[in-house]
Amino acid sequence: MNFITNIKKNKKEPTEKTSTSAIAGGEGVHPHDVRMETKNLSVMYGKTVGVKNVSLPVYNEKVTAFIGPSGCGKTTFLRALNRMHDLTREAVVTGEVLLDGLDIYAPKVNPVTIRRKIGMVFQKPTPFPTMSIYNNVVAGLKLVGIRDRKLLDEVCEKALQQAALWNEVKDRLNTPGGSLSGGQQQRLSIARALAIEPEVLLMDEPTSSLDPLSSAKIEELIHDLKTKYAIAIVTHNMQQAARVSDYTAFFYVGNLVEFDETKKIFTNPSNEQTENYISGKFG
Amino acid sequence: MDNKNQKASRNISSIPLKAIYRWLGDRIFLVVAFFLGLSIILLALGMALVLYQEGSLSFKEFGFFGFMRGSTWDPGVTLTFGALPFIFGTVVTSVFALAIAFFPALAIAIFLAEYAPRWIGGVIENLVNLIAAIPSVVVGIWGIFVFAPWMREKVYMPLWSWSSENAPALEPILGNPIGYGMTTATIILALMIIPFITALAKDAMRQVPKEQREAAYGLGATRWEVIRMAVIPYARGGIMAGAILALGRAIGETMAVAMLIGNKNTFPFSIFGPAATMPSVIINEFREAVGNLHLSSLMAIGFILFIISLAVNLLAAYITRKISITGGKIL
Repeated sequence: MNFITNIKKNKKEPTEKTSTSAIAGGEGVHPHDVRMETKNLSVMYGKTVGVKNVSLPVYNEKVTAFIGPSGCGKTTFLRALNRMHDLTREAVVTGEVLLDGLDIYAPKVNPVTIRRKIGMVFQKPTPFPTMSIYNNVVAGLKLVGIRDRKLLDEVCEKALQQAALWNEVKDRLNTPGGSLSGGQQQRLSIARALAIEPEVLLMDEPTSSLDPLSSAKIEELIHDLKTKYAIAIVTHNMQQAARVSDYTAFFYVGNLVEFDETKKIFTNPSNEQTENYISGKFG
Repeated sequence: MDNKNQKASRNISSIPLKAIYRWLGDRIFLVVAFFLGLSIILLALGMALVLYQEGSLSFKEFGFFGFMRGSTWDPGVTLTFGALPFIFGTVVTSVFALAIAFFPALAIAIFLAEYAPRWIGGVIENLVNLIAAIPSVVVGIWGIFVFAPWMREKVYMPLWSWSSENAPALEPILGNPIGYGMTTATIILALMIIPFITALAKDAMRQVPKEQREAAYGLGATRWEVIRMAVIPYARGGIMAGAILALGRAIGETMAVAMLIGNKNTFPFSIFGPAATMPSVIINEFREAVGNLHLSSLMAIGFILFIISLAVNLLAAYITRKISITGGKIL
């Protein structure tokens, strides 16, 4: 009941703020500020519980990793952060997800504007196969009606450079996105997400379908990107979580077991379950 | 326990294989399948050959291209036969029918695949399939007694009388508003092919992977933008192939067209006025074709129709392979 009243409370807050403050890009946010926060977030698929009562922050200019065994709800939780569950008929989300202090599930908030501010990279590379590399990168900008060729060119180059793909594709921007290799496709997907300059970047096991070399490139990329974005990453690879993240959340059967600085989670976890998982006793 | 298992496995492996029987079964199946497969090719070639031979009298008389270019069809007096009016009628009616049907059909498919709640979608899907299953003679008789008279009263007559008052030059282009003619046939054809385009386009769109949609949603696309950006481009091969197969069906559609097109064998055709297509002339005249040359000319038309249909189907297959994401090589 607690979270339902929370939502109602939040309704009274003027939602216009959401749009204005968000477009401003959250100026004055400092490194250790909380960019996103969930409060008692639960996701149900019909009667099956996906995630139960999770409250945790996503810090600005930090990487937060979600780890846990398969089916523990880490992806479900991540997808709740940009309202992807709206697309699943059975899924019911309760509780609050705050972006810069405003609930993205508030009734007047349009999920489309939310997803423009919270970029997402998926497990499988998802370039639009019929579009050229160039059009793939600027697809999000074209959606909001930006047609200025010079601006698009600039953004395209910048995003591809951020995604460490520019040098490989700069001579063939007009070839279809589907013609790239798997690792390149995934970096293209990242470039596409970066081109719309999101405030938060969500990554759902971005390296799980890639070879070690491409994975390493993407991890490097995450390291570079965190100077500008708040990043949340789901991974089933604990070493990866240890390498790339600053904070780690351990999920187990839909519950948040422990959330802390990555260093602490991996060296001195306070929960026994976490310790067992980290040390490889299960999972 | 262990011992027993070992015994059992030893027993199985010691059962003699009926090697000869298995070998024979394999071969028999292979031979049967091979010849059945081959027979389809032979059947198609044989049909084309027979049609060509039967029509060769006409091809000899007028020349192959002369026959296709000839615009006179006179089985009564001069015994001159040319297929151009029918080729023209077929091409115009079917292409325009496809043009009319394509976007509504695509819209229905988008609704079914993307928007409709499951139960409404199911109902509409079944109704669409039902429409596709209506025998074309039933569509034809409805057209004759309901649709054509209605079009005459509500559309052709008002337009015709307007043009006779204000723009007499248009009259020969519009033609006699008797109700049975090219426009009526084209619209009926369009109605008949909508279910085909819809069904194929819907299937193609449903096969678009969830990841593609989510990627578009993740960029902040609205539902329509997702369809435009991720779904339709991905499904384009299936959509185009469906449209071309529907065109093939429109080209070959016989009964409803013969009942509604008015059956006029000579140029000039007009927009509302009667005309004829290749199938319609065949079905209308095969009974009265007494002379050898007349019958041969009908067969020759059949041959041309066969070739055109074959070409359309090959084109559909080519396009599917060339531009589809799912069917062929990823671009």
